[in-house]
This record gives sequence, structure tokens and C-alpha cells, in this order.
Amino acid sequence: MQGVLHQILSGLATGGIYASLALALVMIYQATHHVNFAQGEMATLSTYIAYTMVTAGWSYWVSFIATVVVSFIMGVVVERVLMRPMTNAPVLALVGVFIGLLLIVNAMTGWIWDFTIKTFPSPFHSSTPLLGGFLSGHELGSTVVTLVMLLCIYLFFRHTSLGLAMRAAAYNPVSSRLVGVRVGWMLALGWGLAAAIGAIAGMMIAPIVFLDPNMMAGVLLYAFAGALLGGIENPLGAVIGGFAVGVIENLGGAYVVGTELKLTLALVIIVAVLMIKPSGLLGRTVMSRV
Amino acid sequence: MPALLEVVDLKAAYGQTNVLHGISFVVDEGEVTTLLGANGAGKTTTLRAICGMVRTEGEIRYAGERIEGKATEDVVRRKIGHVPDGRGTFMELTVEENMKLGAYTRSDRGVREDFERMFDYFPRLKERYKQQAGTLSGGEQQMLAIARALLLRPKLLLLDEPSFGLAPLIVRDIFEILGRIRQEEQVSVLVVEQNANLALALATRAYLLETGRIVISGNAADIRNDETLRRSYLGY
Amino acid sequence: MSGEITAEATEASTSIRTQPSTRARPVPFAVTVIVLAGAVALTFLVSNYHLFQLTMLVGYAVAILGLNIATGYNGQISLGHGAFYAVGAYTAAILMSNFDVPYWATLPIAAIISAIIGFLIGFPALRFTGLYLALTTFALAVAVPQLLKFKGIEDWTGGVQGIVISKPEAPFGLPLNPDQWLYLFSLGVAGLLFLFAWNLIRGRIGRAMMAIRDHALAAEAMGIDLALLKTRTFAVSAMYTGVAGALSAIAVEFVAPDSFTVFVSIFLFVGLVVGGVASITGAIFGAAFIVFIPNIAEQVSKAAPGAIYGVILIAFMYLMPSGVAGLLRRLYHRLVPSSR
Repeated sequence: MQGVLHQILSGLATGGIYASLALALVMIYQATHHVNFAQGEMATLSTYIAYTMVTAGWSYWVSFIATVVVSFIMGVVVERVLMRPMTNAPVLALVGVFIGLLLIVNAMTGWIWDFTIKTFPSPFHSSTPLLGGFLSGHELGSTVVTLVMLLCIYLFFRHTSLGLAMRAAAYNPVSSRLVGVRVGWMLALGWGLAAAIGAIAGMMIAPIVFLDPNMMAGVLLYAFAGALLGGIENPLGAVIGGFAVGVIENLGGAYVVGTELKLTLALVIIVAVLMIKPSGLLGRTVMSRV
Repeated sequence: MPALLEVVDLKAAYGQTNVLHGISFVVDEGEVTTLLGANGAGKTTTLRAICGMVRTEGEIRYAGERIEGKATEDVVRRKIGHVPDGRGTFMELTVEENMKLGAYTRSDRGVREDFERMFDYFPRLKERYKQQAGTLSGGEQQMLAIARALLLRPKLLLLDEPSFGLAPLIVRDIFEILGRIRQEEQVSVLVVEQNANLALALATRAYLLETGRIVISGNAADIRNDETLRRSYLGY
Repeated sequence: MSGEITAEATEASTSIRTQPSTRARPVPFAVTVIVLAGAVALTFLVSNYHLFQLTMLVGYAVAILGLNIATGYNGQISLGHGAFYAVGAYTAAILMSNFDVPYWATLPIAAIISAIIGFLIGFPALRFTGLYLALTTFALAVAVPQLLKFKGIEDWTGGVQGIVISKPEAPFGLPLNPDQWLYLFSLGVAGLLFLFAWNLIRGRIGRAMMAIRDHALAAEAMGIDLALLKTRTFAVSAMYTGVAGALSAIAVEFVAPDSFTVFVSIFLFVGLVVGGVASITGAIFGAAFIVFIPNIAEQVSKAAPGAIYGVILIAFMYLMPSGVAGLLRRLYHRLVPSSR
């Protein structure tokens, strides 16, 4: 029983990271109906930027905030430069651009920081187990960071006029323009936010999985699974789905499939959701059959 | 009175299909102008053209400025409120959020007061304030759309078929309120309608649009009283 | 721009006609013969190492052709065809090393197994819009190396170590070294598969596939069983890529989990776009691109091929969405006006 509880808590800790990235994916999906396959690589790049700042001697939290800001700008720029001209392009062209972006960012990180695995610091030093031995300091700390971030995002979207405008632009771009919302910029801000969220997810997962250019591939997979599980049209669902996937991954890894097949578990979740409840647990059925 | 909006030889097309073949009309400051016409005459397209939602040729002068070719957001920010075809409700958002979006571009202190005035026009919106707008009835959504557009504090209000798809009693209510709005708000109105009788009662000037061309223009009261005109063009 | 539209329109209108004689062939027969003869002649003209590269090129061409059948002609975006490539490669290697199956006999088995797995993966996702398949296949591609390392099947797959196999000798005492023979063998297999694909696509089924891609609702109204045709198309597509994987395993003489990362799938996708979406000959240009670019680029940096692929992919999306094949087709129509 102790073991199960431990697995669940530690699953929630990593689940928070999946939840963040799932939220980033869903934010872009809601506004554009496209899945950003480069979301993981962009987060990896952000983490490398943080790594460079920390190794240059900056304090962790200064680096953290600077990285979030830089990533936000990066997301905005990518939307303005790469995505904007593609507004009315067919899906295949968009997927092509996402994959191109993935390749470029992946190559860039490998080129600049080489492909060797690096350790990434955690700001939560305590190696002594907390909560009666259930969680490590980093697990607890990263969960807190994730929850604070999710809360901030929730407050932003619920209680600020800019957040409202961003939601409006995603739901109904035509009506949004008619009340004076600059829809194009809302999309760019969405990309910026998604990149910033991804950056936090990257910095929180890096101490666990170590830093290398392909670090986020697996995390992105769990985020896909989480987003689908919760409903890809529903941000809250995606967050819950992300946490759920973290727990399923940990329990499954510990008791069912073993750690070697953890990624396959994500694939199984994706396929199972599509077979059983394609709109996700909290989603509306809006998909077309064709 | 000077014209607030002056449209000269306006043409518009969707892809290859021309919808407007060069129409000209004016909306005078402080007055209600109506564009009448059957389905497919180009009424909605005219409103969309003013807001930069379709590709156009010709001139659109508004408050001494050429606004054709400007982005919709920029047209709206020049204080042109648009109650669109189909009402444009943000279904997933609450009534409150819909109304807040109406005032999105404003930073003045009058917004609170304006909310109260909207509740005075449309008490229903106050009752439904926290509800999801998608759950409102058609008439309530129309009220919400008008309130949303007025919350911009527009100088020019574009109304696209406010009676569309509504029960006669509700249509009467809405036109009564529009009459009040004409009296109380400092706004010029361009209303597009199929229900000519109601629109002519509200308007001072009227234009009749037929397949993308203006065939009749004149004083609303005159048109209303001219039985031959009414019978042959407006069908009532 | 207008040239492109005319070229596309010509092709679209001809593909609806039923009489084959009036149909302008995408590549003139004479060109095909010359290219094939040239390809065969290369066997005796270039070094063994270059022959090996050409064999890989032929393999990739088949793999991209497979991807093209699903993505190009049927509009189902797959980002995981590397998985079927891996299935084919491992099928060939396991059969050769564990069961002493002759190399040529592994190909049909690899084809069947890949088709079945393609069917199983495609089935749940194909009921929905394109992105769901892209997502599922992407997930599959990411999971592949881990699946191949799985301890439970280590006896067959060789785990992390992989499987070493050896290149077949030329049969019937032909005076060819193994590289020459394998190249010719691959060329023959590829020739058959290209011919079959060409036949499939210009026929009734091909028209139905494209109808689904261009207008699914109308296609359904015409009585096409969407789900059935889409899953079958996806299975055929996986089959092609599986055979290609088997050919490549025999050529490389080695399979290991880390040769089949998600990047194999991504490179196939890049090859598809660069060569030309919905173009049979495009598969060859795409394959040439993904075989030769890394050779040149890796002299700069290990990371350079990825960066170049990425930049070129995006550039093609903006500037030349019809790929190299589309460009050549336009040039051809411009130079030979009567071909319109």
C-alpha cells in the first residue's frame, strides 16, 4: 500500500509536467486546430537556454524567469514569422512546417550544445525524502511550481481582459474582430504563452530525465496522451488528463509493463482513447467522421 | 447635417462572384438609415464591406477618412459597432463576458455606467448575466448582440437583420428598444432589414437594394406612404 | 502561378476520363526506359560503396512511395512510417538469422506483417480527421526503439545489440559481387512495386482514394466506403514501407533499435514533401534527397542534416508545395507545350 501511494504521488509530480505541456498543446489547438509537433523541441531549447544561464553563474530563479521571458518572445516570433503566412494552408502544409520547425530546433540544440547528456540543476536541494518518504524535494518543488503556474494561467484567462480576448479569439475569430480584438496578435500571444509553459515544463523535467536534444520526445508523447485523454478541446481536461497520465505511467511502470515499456503505455492510452471515447473524458464530440 | 458615412460606387465579390455592382449611399450623422432588399440582394455584404470583411472596390468615407481596405479590427476601433448576421454570439462565454468583450477596446471610466444602461434597455441580460450565452434564446442573443455593439460606444451602429428568425412579439420589443436607442444614444444607425415596414418606421432615409444595385432611394416616410412603391418593391 | 494551376487542372481532368488512351501519362514511356537502363548500367559503373548507397536510395524510394499512397493520394498524414520500415527490417533480420529463411522469401512475409500492423494502427485513428492519425503514428514512431529493446522479445530481436545478418551472394553463378546483386535485386523489386502502385492509383481504387482526400463527404455520397478504403489504403502503404525496410536491413546487414528512432519517420516525411506529394516519380527524388544530403551536410556538423532538412522542408511548404516532381512537371509542360 505504501508503495502504491508513493507511485501515485510521484506520478502526480511528473503528471504535472505532462499536464503543463498538454495545456500548451491544447491552447494552440483550440485557437488553430493544429497540433504543434515542435512543442517539445521548443521546450528543450528553452531548457538549454536556462542551462547556459545557470552555468554562466546566474542564480537559478533569475535564469528561470529570464528563460520564461525569452521563450515567450520566441513563441511569439515563431507564430508571426512561420505560422502567420500559413493561415489558410492545408493541414499537410502545416504539419510540414511543424516538422520542419522540430528538425531545425532539434538540430540547433545539438549544434550549439552538442549531443552529450548533461545534468540540469534543481532549485530544490533537499535530497532527503519529504512527506514521510513519499516525495523527493524536487518532486514536491516541481509540483508546487507547476500548480502555481497553472493557477496563474487560470487567473489570467478568467479574470483579465486580455485573457478574455484570447479565449474569444480562439472560440470565434470573426466576432472577436467585430469587437476590436486583434485576433492575429492573440494567436501570437497564445504561442508565446505555450512556449513559456513549455519552458517551465522543460526546466522541471530536466533534473529527472537529464538534458539532451531529444529530452522532450517522451514527455511530448505523454502530453499528447494527456491532452487526448482529457479532451483536446478542453484546457482543464488536458491538465487533468496530464496528471492522470503521470499516475498511470508510474503505476503501470511499477506494476504492469515495467519501466522499459513506459512510452508504449502512452501509445496504448492514445489508441484506447480513440477507440473508446474519442472526444476525451471531458470533451465534447466535435470531431468529424471523415 | 454632414454625412457620417459616405459610400461611393462600392463593389464587392466573394471569389469570382460579384455581389455588389457599384452602390452609393450616405448615412447622415445622428440619423437612422435603412437598406432594404430581399434575400441575396447584397445587404449583409454591404455591412461586411464597411467592416473590411470582404474584398471591395470603391470608396468608403467615414468621419472624413477613407476606411476601405482597413482591417476589421481597425475599422471597429474607429467606433463602428456591428451587430452581425447570425448575431455573432460567443456561445462558450457567459453573457457578462460577451458584454465585456463589447467594451474590450475601451479604457474610459464610463463602462460601468454603460453596463447599467444596457440592463435598463434589456433587463433580460441582467437576469442571465452569469449564464453561458449559448443557452440564451434567439431574441436574448439578439439583445446581447445589440448591447455588445453599443458597449463599444459606437458613432455608427450597423445592424444586420435584427428581426431575423424571431417571433413577432420579440421583434416588436426589439424595434421598440431600437427606437429608444435612437432617441437616447448619440449614435447613427445603418440597419439592414427584410421586414421593410418596421425598418421604415425606424429610419429617416431608406435605400432599396436589388441584386447588388440600389434601385430606389429616398425619405423613409415617403417610401412608406407610396403605396405603388410598397406593393411593387416591398411586397406589403 | 497560372502554369501550375493549368498543369494541375489538366491532370485532374484527365484522371476522370475512363479511356486510358486519352490519358496523358505522367512520365513518358521512353523516359522510363532510359532511366531504368541507366539505373541498371550503374551496377557496373560505380564503386561498391556507391552501389550500397544506391540500394538504400531504392529502398527509401519504395518507402516514400508507400507513404505517398497514404498521405499523398489518400490524404492521411502519417508521421510514423518509420515504424513500418522497422517492422520490415526486423522481420527480414529475424527470419534470416533465427529461421534461416532465404533473403528473398523474407520480403513477402515482411509485406504481410507490416500490412497487418498498419491496419491495426490505422483502424482506430482513421475514423477521425487527419490530425489524429498524425498524432497516433507520431506516438508510434517515438515508442518504436523502446518496443524493439523490450526484454520479452529479446531472444528474437537481440535487444539493444540488434541482429547481424549477411549480404546474399548472387544466385545461379552470376558474375556479380553481393553489392551489385543486391542493387539489381532491389531495383527489380522496386520496379514491380512502382508498376503496381502506378496501376493502383490510375485505376478505380486510386480515383476513390483521391476522391476521399479531396472531398470525403462527396466520396461517401458516391457510395465509397470511407473507413474500409482508408484502412486498406493505409495497410498497403505500410506494406510498401515494410518491404523497403526489409531491403534496407539486408543491405545494411544489421538492425538495431536505435537505427529506428522517430527521425526515420520524419525523414521519410521530408522525402515525401521534397520529392512531391501525390507523385509517383517524386518518391525517387525524395529518396535521393534523404540519401545524399546527409553525406554532404555531415561534413559540416552532425547536426547539419537535420537543420538542412528542416529549412528545406519549410522552404518547400512555402515556395514549392508540389515538390521536385511538381517543378519538373511544370518545366516539362512549359518546354513541350503540346503535352498539355
